[in-house]
Amino acid sequence: MSLAEARPASPAVFSRIAPGRLMWIAVLIATIVLVMLPANALPAWAWKYPLAWQVPFGSWISAFMKWLMESASFGFFTVHDFTRAIAWTLDLPLQFAKSVFATGFIQGQGSDAVVILPAIPWFAMIVLSVAAGYAVGGLALGLQMGFGLAYLAVFGQWDSAMVTLASVLVASLFGAAGGLLVGLACVRWRWLERIVSPLLDVAQTMPVFAYLLPMLILFGFGPVSAMVATVIYALPPMVRVTIVAIRAVPEEIRSLGLMTGCTRRQITWKMLVPSALPALMVGVNQVIMLSLNVVIIASMIGAGGLGWDVLTALRSLNIGKGLEAGLAITVLAVLLDRFAQALAVRSGAAVQGQSTGRRNILIGGLGLGLALWAAAAISQPLAVYPEAWKLSTGAFFSDIVSWINVNFFSTLEAIRTGVLLNVLIPVKRFMLALPWPWVVAVIALAGYRLGGWRLALTVGLMALFPVVVGLWPTTMITVYLTVVSVVLSALIGIPIGIASAQRPKLWRVVEAVVDTLQTLPSFVYLIPIVMLFRVGDFTALIAIVLYAVAPAIRYTAHGVARVSPHLVEAGAMNGCTRGQILKRIRLPLALPEILLGVNQTIMLALSMLVITALVGTRDLGQETYSALAKADVGRGLVAGLCVAFIGMVADRLISAAAGRMRARMGVEA
Amino acid sequence: MAHPILAARGVAKLYGANAARFVRDGRFSGTSEELAQAGVTAAVRDVDITIERGETFVIMGLSGSGKSTLVRCLAALTPPSAGEILFEDKDLNRMAEGDLIQIRRHQMGMVFQHFALLPHLTVLGNVAFPLDVQGMKKPEREAKALEMIKLVGLSGRESRFPRELSGGQQQRVGIARSLAVGPDLWFLDEPFSALDPLIRREMQDEVLRLQDMLKKTIVFITHDFDEAVRIADRIAIMKDGRIEQIGSAEELVLRPATDYVRAFTRDAPRAKILTARSIMSPPDPAADYAGVVGASARIAAFARKIEEAEKPFAVVDEGEVVGKVDRRAVIDVLIGRESADQAA
Repeated sequence: MSLAEARPASPAVFSRIAPGRLMWIAVLIATIVLVMLPANALPAWAWKYPLAWQVPFGSWISAFMKWLMESASFGFFTVHDFTRAIAWTLDLPLQFAKSVFATGFIQGQGSDAVVILPAIPWFAMIVLSVAAGYAVGGLALGLQMGFGLAYLAVFGQWDSAMVTLASVLVASLFGAAGGLLVGLACVRWRWLERIVSPLLDVAQTMPVFAYLLPMLILFGFGPVSAMVATVIYALPPMVRVTIVAIRAVPEEIRSLGLMTGCTRRQITWKMLVPSALPALMVGVNQVIMLSLNVVIIASMIGAGGLGWDVLTALRSLNIGKGLEAGLAITVLAVLLDRFAQALAVRSGAAVQGQSTGRRNILIGGLGLGLALWAAAAISQPLAVYPEAWKLSTGAFFSDIVSWINVNFFSTLEAIRTGVLLNVLIPVKRFMLALPWPWVVAVIALAGYRLGGWRLALTVGLMALFPVVVGLWPTTMITVYLTVVSVVLSALIGIPIGIASAQRPKLWRVVEAVVDTLQTLPSFVYLIPIVMLFRVGDFTALIAIVLYAVAPAIRYTAHGVARVSPHLVEAGAMNGCTRGQILKRIRLPLALPEILLGVNQTIMLALSMLVITALVGTRDLGQETYSALAKADVGRGLVAGLCVAFIGMVADRLISAAAGRMRARMGVEA
Repeated sequence: MAHPILAARGVAKLYGANAARFVRDGRFSGTSEELAQAGVTAAVRDVDITIERGETFVIMGLSGSGKSTLVRCLAALTPPSAGEILFEDKDLNRMAEGDLIQIRRHQMGMVFQHFALLPHLTVLGNVAFPLDVQGMKKPEREAKALEMIKLVGLSGRESRFPRELSGGQQQRVGIARSLAVGPDLWFLDEPFSALDPLIRREMQDEVLRLQDMLKKTIVFITHDFDEAVRIADRIAIMKDGRIEQIGSAEELVLRPATDYVRAFTRDAPRAKILTARSIMSPPDPAADYAGVVGASARIAAFARKIEEAEKPFAVVDEGEVVGKVDRRAVIDVLIGRESADQAA
């Protein structure tokens, strides 16, 4: 459209709206026609990419990994030795954390094992956490920490939760420190940022399953591989936050550093990092939450912890137990999130006066906790939460679920089949009927219209990748589930966002819900839904929508609410009704923001989609998951890259569209 | 003459892809047209300055005149594209980084426009920061910092954080910090531009008071001519990256080198700038004087005395009568009328 606008002398009104819109209408019609065509109207390769043309990236990668681990050498030692040495080093802090929180320090093996020092007993841990919570976030946080941990102990989730916690803490520590260092390096050397930035995109959009496998091969089967995968997954937001936060430190502060004769190191560690601390803590919070998310998933491949409990419960259809473990994950997630947020707020506004009092409480709590720990070390049976005090709601939940299933089975089943037959299957058929050259061409065309040749080439090549590696049908199934769930999320999320944007009271409720939705690890969503709807695409759809709807709500509400009040007043003075103000002023101006919300929704949907492979979808997620099971690195990575590219194509196109809109309206990002 | 503390020789700072084309052997050459053609902007060009020990040198210009770039060059925060910056005869841009760091740690201090206070440190921590960087022990540096805080009148607020202070107080912290290392050369980069006019005046007095006490060499950047006049021994007026004229306020007012300087000084408070010497007429041996004024006294200081007297005053320089001032000469200045002498 920009071309047409640049030439106001165009002959007719018709042609002024024409080029852009007409073209897309034509594309739409052509697409429908192509789908309706009889099977032999186009050459067969347009639907089914010939096997002979496929590029065997998968085998190449597998062969490379094999060579790397079996033959590659640095001269004095092999790559295999090298990675195992790294694994051994990384294992130390992990083992230490696990000993502290979960297993205790043990000497000897098997039946000869002697516990030297037990893990922190539950009561000591509660005292410590309450003190830390109070010191960081006041009485409310202290109480929350206390009740949350007490819940874990009372309901028998303590041991698993502590294993998970230990992994999360260690992974977050590495993730935050690593992200900070990489971010600082990117600020220092711009060329590094140019290299790292696309890698971050891939790491963020690639399913965890896909790089779990190479990690297993590089670092051996065990918790270290899971931890490395976790760190890689949790690192990107920290890197980005660091880059932004450090760049945002005023130039004068940097000059001050030079003028007071700081060395480079002093400038970085005494000025830039402390000045940017509040912003950096937001990144740390994200790292912790992402780590928890992945630790839960990774624990399914044998690291133990809450994720493993949920998986075994689901497999044995032990509904009550699964829900309990799921709730324990939720409690842990909420506690970690609250604590990290309180830390971030506090680092922004260091409190004086109170702070000494709080520090005393922290020190007191620490002392008491350690004393209790020591006491437990002397009299070890004390440290174990007594069986008799444990409660279980498992039976209760099982009863509820079976009651629902008995009484509402036909209703639930009707909903499920209705949606499947009327929405899911037709969309799936339509997607699978699209010839790949057409889809790639349309994506490239969209790229060209939105961002010129460079964008067209990027998205076109990304779209071509699944074709070339022979995963086109699987990719289209992924796209179909993504499209349906994103549309559904948008249909639910955008109206809620609009409604709550102008009603602060409603927004407070919605925000609390959205915050919680975003805090929970994706895996948790599957548990109740699987119980009600069994496995399959419909279950996946609901889980994805629940997980992905949050950004659609949040961005819409934010975008609508932040439209300049002057414009709204101007509209009111021109006699707009409330509806007109919304439709003519607020929504058009909020559109770029809403688009970015949809973009986020797509990203979350894709990450959830992969998890739903566990409930039997047949998409790329399944492909990576089964590659993991078969230890086929190449296949897993290639499928993972396909998912990453779907996400990146959507991201590039939507960001370009939002950017164009903003530029046209002269609004700053 | 003693060696100047700071000197700029042929300094130019160019921006643009083809900037290197205009620099040969460290010298800048090129006309404005050539620069424009190559798409190069000269933020600073052809600047020669010599700053003597103990003087207050003000660089004045409107925004975009290049004064900020120049001070960044003078402080070696940005390397100039051409020319050299000599601090005590040593080229700042040719010395080893370690030497530059030593100079900055002990001989330079800077006050910033937006204060540049570290948000995570208290007032005490901020003032002690430059000492901390040098590796000074905690009790020692805190004692020194407390002394500085007292000097700028902020005693009792040591444990506050920057955001709890008003703008004027924040800049006092900035001043205390820049003085903590006992610098010889004190840069103030538009230190009061972000403050309210009333506070600004108060802070100017503060700088004058400190300078009276400490006798530093000051390089002061401002866009406010009144501020320049109040503070400066000498003023350099900048426009489009060049220095239009350097001189005392009085010289700028009486003998503007260019139309730009003339336009700038036209509305200046002449009574506060001009001295008796500049408006006196030749002495009249037979005259009957009502009293005496010093040759370098500002008109504003003695205007009232002359206004009340019927007879002219003798202008005295080192005990000798060098001229006379009468009521009319003073009124000419006060109402901005060109007197017969000056017009001639």
